[in-house]
Amino acid sequence: MKSTYRDDFKIEGYHFGSGEKTACIVGPMRGDEVQQQYICSQIVRELQAIEAKGGIADGKSILVIPSCNPSSMNVGRRFWAMDGTDINRMFPGYDKGETTQRIAAAVFKSLEGFKYGMQLASFYVPGEFVPHIRMLRTGYEDIKSAELFGMPYVTTREPLPFDTTLLNYNWQIWNTSAFSVYAGQTDSIDVEDSRLATEAVLRFLSGIGAIDYSLTIPGYESLTLNEENLVTLTAHHAGIYVRKRKAGDMVKAGEVLATILHPYDGHVLEEIRCEQDGIVFFSHHRPLVLQNALLYKVVV
Amino acid sequence: MIKTIVNTELPLAERLLVRKNVISHGNGKKRFCIVTGTHGDELEGQMVCYEMARLVQQNIDKLDGTVEIYPSLNPLGIDTIQRGIPNFDLDMNRIFPGSEHGTMAEQTAFRICEDLKGADMVLDIHSSNLYLRESPQVRINVLNEKELVPMAEHLGVDFIWVHDAATVLEATLAHSLNSTGTPCLVVEMGVGQRINHGMCNHLVEGIFNLMKEMGMWTGDVKEMQSGIVCKGDHVEFLNAECSGVFLTELRTGINVTKGQSIGQIVNALTGEILSDVKSPVDGFLFTIRAYPIVYEGSLMARIYHA
Ligand SMILES: [Zn+2]
Repeated sequence: MKSTYRDDFKIEGYHFGSGEKTACIVGPMRGDEVQQQYICSQIVRELQAIEAKGGIADGKSILVIPSCNPSSMNVGRRFWAMDGTDINRMFPGYDKGETTQRIAAAVFKSLEGFKYGMQLASFYVPGEFVPHIRMLRTGYEDIKSAELFGMPYVTTREPLPFDTTLLNYNWQIWNTSAFSVYAGQTDSIDVEDSRLATEAVLRFLSGIGAIDYSLTIPGYESLTLNEENLVTLTAHHAGIYVRKRKAGDMVKAGEVLATILHPYDGHVLEEIRCEQDGIVFFSHHRPLVLQNALLYKVVV
Repeated sequence: MIKTIVNTELPLAERLLVRKNVISHGNGKKRFCIVTGTHGDELEGQMVCYEMARLVQQNIDKLDGTVEIYPSLNPLGIDTIQRGIPNFDLDMNRIFPGSEHGTMAEQTAFRICEDLKGADMVLDIHSSNLYLRESPQVRINVLNEKELVPMAEHLGVDFIWVHDAATVLEATLAHSLNSTGTPCLVVEMGVGQRINHGMCNHLVEGIFNLMKEMGMWTGDVKEMQSGIVCKGDHVEFLNAECSGVFLTELRTGINVTKGQSIGQIVNALTGEILSDVKSPVDGFLFTIRAYPIVYEGSLMARIYHA
């Protein structure tokens, strides 16, 4: 697609192997998903090395689209810069519609017919996660296959009305087993979490027999959770947020996970505690909090 | 009487406040709510709220019932010239009916919804966005066509658009209210970040006309023309076939003929016309692009045809 003054907008794909459309991997749709960008680049690098050694299974093909939105990332905008729309809220797309609907339609068409689809995704609430695989409960979700990633957790949740426009939802409706891969954070790169996510994708590809790969990190036996069952901790006060526990940490019942301080005199407005022992699944990580903000999700 | 319906803390020495003005007179039990400002960059509703608050109070003896005015459902958005809610990446009109124990945005949506429930009419005024200029119109979900079209006709807008039910629209304020028995009409008019006095004054007259019809207003009202009611597939969408600068001199609310020029997409570097945009039908132009830069796919116009 041409732009009025910028260089042409292009979405590039990397193909590996040939034959049956086995798996596709989709990178950032939003301009701040740099962690996801980094992971994609690592997956492509590994797959190139595997292919060079003849490690892509006969008759199987893999497609990686490292970015659906280079244009927004280049200007530091999360959404499509011209009109503020979110490509990941435009699926299955419409090739005669608005710009981002057309982009979604083109992406969706190139992904059509793949057996497995993986999206490197981010969450709309600012914070960091324990690496996990997320699925919407559409009735088509494939939990058994999700365990092949060997990520610590697999989560499922009920789709909301708004979710029917997500890639993950539409993939499932159109017979692709869809997984959203969540790797720690979004707007900065954590090399260790990225390595975990890259390995998880390769472990999955090896698990479904698409590649021949010897893993460097052992996988987890995934725990499957309903997101609705996580314990959520919210802020009763707004203020300065000082975090003591982050995603992946074990917490004891009654322990202080974070404090909220008065922004002018520094006295403690609130201590955030979890009533049960557990593991931090999600943690807010901005220095200020609003009243009622979601601070933690804990697996108990 | 000014009432605060949402009151939550922000980090530094400030609270988020959503307020309404409740104006009552007589023994009538009917309640008419005018809400706007869900999208912080849409300002046409500001003048409508001002005129309603002013005129109802000046002619309070003509009121039989209660008028409630909510000029700013998203005060932080209005203050920062943003469509959405600052600190959240979400469009407020995609999180209704909200949740009592959710995030600040979800709780705000929840309290607004609870506060509006039970009204005899809620008018939710939007003004398109920065990109498109709209004729005054009411948009109605086909599920509520029977109850709402007759009410909308009293507002005297150019166009009443009965659209398909879409799952993603289930989280709008209008859908949340209509599906729980509180009638809500969505008005779209004008363009983002600007106020068109003529359109606002006309809508104010339409609101008084509807209030009179509902038995809440005894003052004189102007006779209202009922506009086009559009059901089913009668709208042509003109999307840009290439990127460039869209030039047009047309305004909305006019009839166009098949083959008539709607505008051009030009290249300012080379001086070429890249696309000559023509109407594919005889019809009524109710949307025209206001923001000149277009990408392939950008909407330039919408035309109703019988
Ligand atoms: Zn709006």
